[in-house]
Amino acid sequence: MNNESARTLKISILRYNPQVPEDKPSVETYELEEADGMTLFIALNDIREKYDESLKFDFVCRAGICGSCSMLVNGKPTLACRTLTTKLDEEISLAPLPMFELIGDLSVFTGKWMRGLNERLETWIHSEEKKMKIDSDRLEERMEPDLADDIYETDRCVECGCCVAGCGTILMRENFVGAVGLNKVARYKIDPRDKRSDADYYDLIGDEDGVFGCMSLMGCEDVCPKDLPLQSKIAYMRRKMVMMKDDK
Amino acid sequence: MKIAYTDVLIIGGGLAGLRCATGVKERGQDVVLLTLVPPKRSHSAAAQGGMQASLGNCVKGEGDNEDVHFGDTIRGSDWGADQEVARMFVNTAPKAIRELAAWGVPWTRVRKGDHQAIINAKKVTLTEKDEAHGLITARDFGGTKKWRTCYTSDGTGHSMLYAMDNKAHEDEIKVHERMEAISLIHEDGRCYGAIARNLMTGELVAYIAKATTIATGGYGRIYEVSTNAVICQGMGQAIALETGIATLGNMEAIQFHPTAIVPVGILTTEGCRGDGGLLTDKDGYRFMPDYEPEKKELASRDVVSRRMVEHMRKGKGVKSRYGDHLWLDIRNLGRKHIEKNLREVKEICESFLGIDPAEKPIPVRPTQHYSMGGIRTNYKGESQTLKGLYSCGEAACWDLHGFNRLGGNSVAETVVAGMLVAEYISDFCETKESEIDISTKLVQEFADKQQAKLEYLLEPKENAESPYPLRHAMEKIMMNKVGIFRNGDDLTDAVNELEQLLIRSKNIEVKHKTLTANPELFNAYRVQRMLKLALCTAKGALQRKESRGAHAREDYPERNDKEFLNRTITSWPDENQTMPTLDYEAIEIESMELPPGFRGYGKDMTITHPDSKIRQEKVDEIRKELESKGANRFEIQEVLMEYKSKLPECYRGKNERLWEKF
Repeated sequence: MNNESARTLKISILRYNPQVPEDKPSVETYELEEADGMTLFIALNDIREKYDESLKFDFVCRAGICGSCSMLVNGKPTLACRTLTTKLDEEISLAPLPMFELIGDLSVFTGKWMRGLNERLETWIHSEEKKMKIDSDRLEERMEPDLADDIYETDRCVECGCCVAGCGTILMRENFVGAVGLNKVARYKIDPRDKRSDADYYDLIGDEDGVFGCMSLMGCEDVCPKDLPLQSKIAYMRRKMVMMKDDK
Repeated sequence: MKIAYTDVLIIGGGLAGLRCATGVKERGQDVVLLTLVPPKRSHSAAAQGGMQASLGNCVKGEGDNEDVHFGDTIRGSDWGADQEVARMFVNTAPKAIRELAAWGVPWTRVRKGDHQAIINAKKVTLTEKDEAHGLITARDFGGTKKWRTCYTSDGTGHSMLYAMDNKAHEDEIKVHERMEAISLIHEDGRCYGAIARNLMTGELVAYIAKATTIATGGYGRIYEVSTNAVICQGMGQAIALETGIATLGNMEAIQFHPTAIVPVGILTTEGCRGDGGLLTDKDGYRFMPDYEPEKKELASRDVVSRRMVEHMRKGKGVKSRYGDHLWLDIRNLGRKHIEKNLREVKEICESFLGIDPAEKPIPVRPTQHYSMGGIRTNYKGESQTLKGLYSCGEAACWDLHGFNRLGGNSVAETVVAGMLVAEYISDFCETKESEIDISTKLVQEFADKQQAKLEYLLEPKENAESPYPLRHAMEKIMMNKVGIFRNGDDLTDAVNELEQLLIRSKNIEVKHKTLTANPELFNAYRVQRMLKLALCTAKGALQRKESRGAHAREDYPERNDKEFLNRTITSWPDENQTMPTLDYEAIEIESMELPPGFRGYGKDMTITHPDSKIRQEKVDEIRKELESKGANRFEIQEVLMEYKSKLPECYRGKNERLWEKF
């Protein structure tokens, strides 16, 4: 860690409480002495404690696992909890993640957006057998080890919303499913337990709010905190869906 | 005010709450689930290492079955667990994992042929059988006789929680996010639901239900450093306690995980050691074999944590500005293994320590991790004293874990308890007895009381207190005086100091005078409640004058079955009390399948109960006689301790294995 004398961080936060009718958005700057190993999780809690106990933000796991704390750090969407302040300049700007409903200050309602997305794309295993009671006394169905690993790769998304905030397309098409949505469809598509056909997926994402809306700006992959291969997943789904389009 | 009616109210959206919700929905009950955060953000997601279920598919798991899993769990609990509950659990765990597989969890699978593994610091070649190819594999974890912990890389909790929440989406479970239950509605020993506060608007809503289930996880955040998510503040246990009727069990049973990173306390999974990682000291010396020659790094968690502290006390810790620590060295596993099977660990090391664990050892020390204690229930998950209140998962003291939980048994418990409790709740909801008859007047009274409490927090006061200093003081007391090693003097101080903090907390004044989204406000009422839980924990620890599982008293190093083979039962009958009321529930030896014995770590210091020997002789006799008659393991088990009649019928079946067909 740094051996110089501690820096004084100037953290500017976009503050606004939409619950209070007379409130107007403003930027507040807080000065904080940097500590060894300080993350934005630690810094924001310090600010809440020392300067303003009403400061709103969302941390849950504070370990980069749950995806709650995404925000704009110097304009870039990322997980605040695992952002070390040493990696940033002394002047840091924080703003809530755009595209999501604002609860207040740095707190946004990503959960509501993701719920809508999951319902829309039906992000669960579709199978007739599952509807009947699974006979869980019997051996599980086998799966090729490599395939299980591949499914886990796409399953690592934490629904943090960074890809949505970093997406150019969604600025023009508010119903665009985003990289998070297309990656999820790709996840179910490679999963043999899900019996949906390409035609079913086409109905979900075979339009401009789906895979054909993506302009390949790839902001999503640049900002994904889990380094998911979003570009190749979108390309994969586009290839599959183009084939469907040709059939139709 | 808004009043919502449902059959089943579930508080908490982690694995236990979600599984319970889908279970009751399937049985035709209407269900509403309240959660502080979107369910996929629950602390279940942080479980890295895996889920125990005795599938026995991989070569090092061969021969595993319910009996072995049961024995490990009971020994791990230091005989504190409820043996019937443990039996119900081990029989259901394989079903739970298979169900989750069908629901989409990409469990890591057995690959036939040779693969390299590291066992006791040596490279060995294991050969997986062709017949097992493609079935769910398992890794080694502490305190288990077989490799039984099933996993998906090191994102097991994440994969399970996502599959579970997706299933809840499919089942159209009504989930109300950012809703905090702040009080249970009850009258005459019957729970009728909860008053909840919308954390975005501050609005209070009453949820009226035939059955109310608390699945809010643990209370680790009463400690200064904890691996737990910041929402694990024990509010479920606290609102149950505040009814004055529901009781909490074994609150002093707190687990410290051996390997959380220093200083921030984020977990690195037990899988690191299970896969062959080592613990070393300031000289790079591997010290665990000196203390535990047999199980070494893979002794039970409580044992490893204590040995680490002992070793640091000998001056063998690595000095740092954050105090002493030891090293977790996984370099011997190789980069390929780390990047595939321990990727979250690698990400955590990179993000929070700035190190690559394939190149450098990880600074670790034992850190608060799990709450064995919680809302005391019977085997059905129902409060023993408040009808209609249920609890499952870490929030509950069901009691699967006794005084020490095995790694991999927590996510397993969440799902299994969710499955079972959902059935019992549904059975209850189908009876006449479950019908409710309460007036809106009573509901309003409960809401008004909460409203008044919230408004009082905002009122100007003389010598006003602020929530943060009180919370920090509590966290420090718990760390320093109710930690891994405990003693009477420190615990007495802790209890007295916590009581003073609780009294002071009644004088908290919230400076931001708004009842809407206001973190200062929720911090205020939560710290008042956390202080009560801290007192239950410290008082329970003070009065338990023995060492059992994770509860280690320096002044009483023996496990004392004669006096303390029991559960601590805590209640808070009068809201003006400043100290919990403690009581004890005996654990009966005469019905045990596995009578109390030596756990096999260190020296045997047990003060035995005379009944243990009598029961052991009886068990041996029954076993011998039945074996001579050619009885199979199921028949013998049934005679030793019948439990199947307690299981819901749909979960009584025998579990098929590759080598054991029915």
